[in-house]
Amino acid sequence: MQVARVVGHVVISIKDSGLVGRPLLLVQPVDVKGEDVGKPLVASDSVGAGVGEHIFYVRGSEASFPFLPDTVPTDASIIGIVDEWYSE
Amino acid sequence: MILAKVVGTVVATRKDEKLVSQKLLLVRPADPAGKLDATYLVAVDTVDAGFGETVLIVSGSSARMASGMKDCPVDAAIVGIVDTVTTAVKE
Repeated sequence: MQVARVVGHVVISIKDSGLVGRPLLLVQPVDVKGEDVGKPLVASDSVGAGVGEHIFYVRGSEASFPFLPDTVPTDASIIGIVDEWYSE
Repeated sequence: MILAKVVGTVVATRKDEKLVSQKLLLVRPADPAGKLDATYLVAVDTVDAGFGETVLIVSGSSARMASGMKDCPVDAAIVGIVDTVTTAVKE
């Protein structure tokens, strides 16, 4: 799982039936200092995150697990909103 | 999932039988502003996307969860046609 910041929304009308009703957010991975790392990606949201929040997300086929028993074709899902983190 | 732009089609006569009658498109990953990467991908199209459209690509084994892709040997599928991308300004 990786930490990222929600930076935007993606609006899609024509989509796979499994994605209907699933919010899609643009997330930017960040390091422990909150600095951007790498390129932004699109993630499905299972927790109700909003723009500007720090979240953590899961990649790969496990990204569809939060939506079981529905089959959702996603390879990145937001699974938690970070309240705070601490690192040395 | 990544954003990408459709830049062409791929025609293949000999292919895995699970891929018969599937539409294959050539796409280039793009950033939210629309700037294209240097790399290309071949993706199976499940939503009838067309040339020049910005699409949503699901990759890895999740690509098999797109409709009609069960047990297909694919690792990239187009699952949506993007209308708009809104980005917030960093604080």
